[in-house]
Amino acid sequence: MTSAAHRAAERVARDSYGRLVAFLAARTRDVSGAEDALAEAFASALKSWPEDGIPTNPDAWLLTVARRRQTDAARRRQTRTAGEVHIQLMTEELEEASAQPEAIPDRRLALMFACAHPDIERGMRAPLILQTILGLSAIDIAAAFLIPPTTMGQRLVRAKARIREAGIPFAVPEREDLAARLDAVLEAIYAAYAKGWTEIGDTAAERLADEAIWLGRLVVSLLPDEAEAKGMLALMLYAEARRQARRDANGAYVPLNAQDVDLWDEAQILAAEALLHEANRAAGSTGRYQIEAAIQSAHVARRVSGRPNWDSVVALYDVLLNLTHSPVALLNRAAALAETDGPEAALASLDAIADDRRMENYQPYWAARGHLAARAGRKTEAHEALTLAIGLATDDAVRHYLIAQRATLRDD
Amino acid sequence: MRYMMIIHHDHEAMAKAPQKELWAEWAAFNEALNKAGAGFSGGLRLTPGKEGTVVRNRAGKSDVLDGPYADTREQLAGYFFIDVDGIEQAVEWANRCPSSKYGAIEIRPIVEQNAP
Repeated sequence: MTSAAHRAAERVARDSYGRLVAFLAARTRDVSGAEDALAEAFASALKSWPEDGIPTNPDAWLLTVARRRQTDAARRRQTRTAGEVHIQLMTEELEEASAQPEAIPDRRLALMFACAHPDIERGMRAPLILQTILGLSAIDIAAAFLIPPTTMGQRLVRAKARIREAGIPFAVPEREDLAARLDAVLEAIYAAYAKGWTEIGDTAAERLADEAIWLGRLVVSLLPDEAEAKGMLALMLYAEARRQARRDANGAYVPLNAQDVDLWDEAQILAAEALLHEANRAAGSTGRYQIEAAIQSAHVARRVSGRPNWDSVVALYDVLLNLTHSPVALLNRAAALAETDGPEAALASLDAIADDRRMENYQPYWAARGHLAARAGRKTEAHEALTLAIGLATDDAVRHYLIAQRATLRDD
Repeated sequence: MRYMMIIHHDHEAMAKAPQKELWAEWAAFNEALNKAGAGFSGGLRLTPGKEGTVVRNRAGKSDVLDGPYADTREQLAGYFFIDVDGIEQAVEWANRCPSSKYGAIEIRPIVEQNAP
């Protein structure tokens, strides 16, 4: 069995699984119940499909197995009388759906909106989407989010109970509410991607990045008119295209401006550029993901012209800053500003967030301050800032890079 | 939420690490801890477990032994305190601690004493 066959089978199984969970849970609002009904079917699919091949109708296959396994579970649960009506309903649904699986409506988007509802704790939205749509286990999710598995499991259970108790609707919001609510869905998916992006060299995290991109594609395919969804997918693809270039042969950290352009994945960059182009042509206002993707596009211009388009980068960060007022945007703008107006101007621009409590423990803030101060020749300040950045680093490669940066302060 | 971060490290593994680099990392880590806020405090480092003394008192009879409390490779080596929103941030601080590479950091929430 090749790993490619395994990946393909897993992908199809996840696709069907998410569709079936969404379909079943949409009616009952019981995500756990829907998962229970499908869990074993999903597990046996992951076992047998890579060897026996993917069935012609994966949905029907999963439903048939789920129905068979369900009888036992139903009997066990029937002692709890409250569950009876629900079991009855679910059995009927499974039977009905397996009779004509091609007619199962795709409710995954509605399920994502339920998982990203304001009533669900913000930090749990991404894990919940990953579990319900992709069928990832709490252990996988916990590994990627660096949380103890039992804690993650308990939080997922609580979040699902919340959906039922609070009567959170399984629906794609109406046109006028869509933009605001879609933000939460995109934010959850992008949070999953960002996790997979920062925790480098970790297989659980790399897989998470893949899954986030897949979810991004799903949202784009289900909501083809939403420019921001395309913008977010483009943003993820730009970042993903540079994955190989972020570490050198010895595993050392390579900053963006020193990356070998030949290591960038051209196919992914072209896909990102095409998506961004489509997003920009769409009607409506331009959101943060499109702007951030445009910034990435200006950075990768180095691929063709040999140097990034720093003026565009600064201008785009200005737009982003106006939109989000995010200290992270200001921080990234400062790095670009150093290229156009010099390090002193860049340092001065950081004064606006110097008192922001969130920056105190934010490693990239101190790393940026350190780099800019070093370029401005302010060695003591640079040493202090880089020391804090080293102390706050969680990634060994980044830590070593910063230590090397600090060491160069002594050389001249 | 306040946590006591308990460092258990493998003395042999630590001894093999490049010492200059290791203690430079520790200095930077302590700097970050001290700047992080009121609920944080830098750790104290303990001498190796084999240099410890263990006292037990049973039915008025005192029993004094030399050596570590537990005979394990990873010994209690030190601790520090953090004050963060939850387990995610605590795990992040554990990952920042240079000793996490040579042993383990045990994260223990501190029981809050409610004012009477």
